[in-house]
Amino acid sequence: MIQINHLCKSFADKEVLKDISTMFEAGKTNLIIGQSGSGKTVLVKTLVGLFAPTSGEILYDGRNFAAMSKHEQTMLRREMGMIFQAAALFDSMSVLENVMFPLDMFSAESYARRQKRAEFCLDRVGLLDARHKAPGEISGGMQKRVAIARAISMNPKYLFCDEPNSGLDPKTSLVIDELIHSITCEYGTTTIINTHDMNSVMGIGEHILYIYEGRTEWEGTKDEVLSAHNQRLNDFIFASDLLKKAFLENNQ
Amino acid sequence: MGRYLMLMGRTFSRPERFRMFWKQYVKEMASLGVDSIGIVLLISFFIGAVICIQIKLNIQSAWMPHWVSGYVTREIMLLEFSSSIMCLILSGKVGSNIASEIGTMRTTQQIDALEIMGVNPASFLILPKIAGLVTMMPLLVIFSTVSGVIGAYATAYIGGIITASDLTAGMQHDFTQWFFWMGVIKSLFFAYIIASVSSFFGYTVEGGSIEVGKASTDAVVSSSMLILFSDLFLTQLLS
Repeated sequence: MIQINHLCKSFADKEVLKDISTMFEAGKTNLIIGQSGSGKTVLVKTLVGLFAPTSGEILYDGRNFAAMSKHEQTMLRREMGMIFQAAALFDSMSVLENVMFPLDMFSAESYARRQKRAEFCLDRVGLLDARHKAPGEISGGMQKRVAIARAISMNPKYLFCDEPNSGLDPKTSLVIDELIHSITCEYGTTTIINTHDMNSVMGIGEHILYIYEGRTEWEGTKDEVLSAHNQRLNDFIFASDLLKKAFLENNQ
Repeated sequence: MGRYLMLMGRTFSRPERFRMFWKQYVKEMASLGVDSIGIVLLISFFIGAVICIQIKLNIQSAWMPHWVSGYVTREIMLLEFSSSIMCLILSGKVGSNIASEIGTMRTTQQIDALEIMGVNPASFLILPKIAGLVTMMPLLVIFSTVSGVIGAYATAYIGGIITASDLTAGMQHDFTQWFFWMGVIKSLFFAYIIASVSSFFGYTVEGGSIEVGKASTDAVVSSSMLILFSDLFLTQLLS
């Protein structure tokens, strides 16, 4: 579980996150949605410690991340997995080496056991056959799946996904969403997904946080999101006339 | 300067896994050092030959001893070319390679990924590069000197510009072993400058491909300038 209390983040005199408070529960897919430039990525990067918060608390199962020493933060980070928008696979390594990397760095197990674990994770995302390929030799969707395999290789307690569907076709996006959701349920991870993909919102959004200009504008579930009485949220969700029409026809 | 020192502070921290450090160290020795042997041999061969020809045809005269060309060629190769000028050339090849590699890793979030995994990216990426280049540079200096001498002999055996016996006499005349060590010591400093300064420029890139290109250029210019300045001080200090 990750709890955020009155989180603020500023860059010089520009306030990007303004007093955000919420709770992301374990075993649930928590979605952060909002328009481009609303502060979603800054929020996720602040949560994982790439940006230091200007004020406020981030509690990882009660442990205040900002108040920790560098060493304690490093230890906590080993409980995290992150899937980046551009996958961020290491170019100089093969797919298998990428997935084995966290294990090579932090696991005391033998090479054979580390390799077995990495192969299990690759099999979990359906890419065992691509294990000897270089990241540049596989498609964007496959790279995202490798990034998921790498993120789960250490059995993380907290999984962060920064726009995992960006640049992917709808079918591949669905595969990625289902994969993240099933991993969350299976391992009980606290999963936070930063997205503006409405298919993800309606498919796997168990807890949705809508951010508008750095503030929490609305919170709820996917069942509540379509009937929410919030003009800004409605404008965001029904930005596509097609979706709006489909929703209205459904309600009639 | 402050940011550079802070980065070096993070770089020279204990590696999380020596197994991984060792793997990276060997890889960097191969990519930064072994892969540079070809260009070092080629350039040094021709420079050795050209120095020998220049001295023989343009400097040496009847009142000078017959061994002058060989002697001057050896001393230039040992004292300045193989250690300093070769490092200056390598700062272009190796420095831009390091800056663009780390810069690309920064812009494609690979460094962020390392950080989130709990890995110290500075220590993991930069320390093996510094250690690898510092290890390989003295070897490159030796290869350069030997290749330069072979180049000089080529002018004798292939070009017939100088006799091999005159060249050998010059090469063996009044040999000071310290000059060899001076070149090796200087190259260690220059290797550190190339690897650390180029890593700094790559690591602190912000933006996209244009900024990576700019960082690569800045890395080469800065490390070249630092090599020239430190060459001046080191030469005075060690002579």
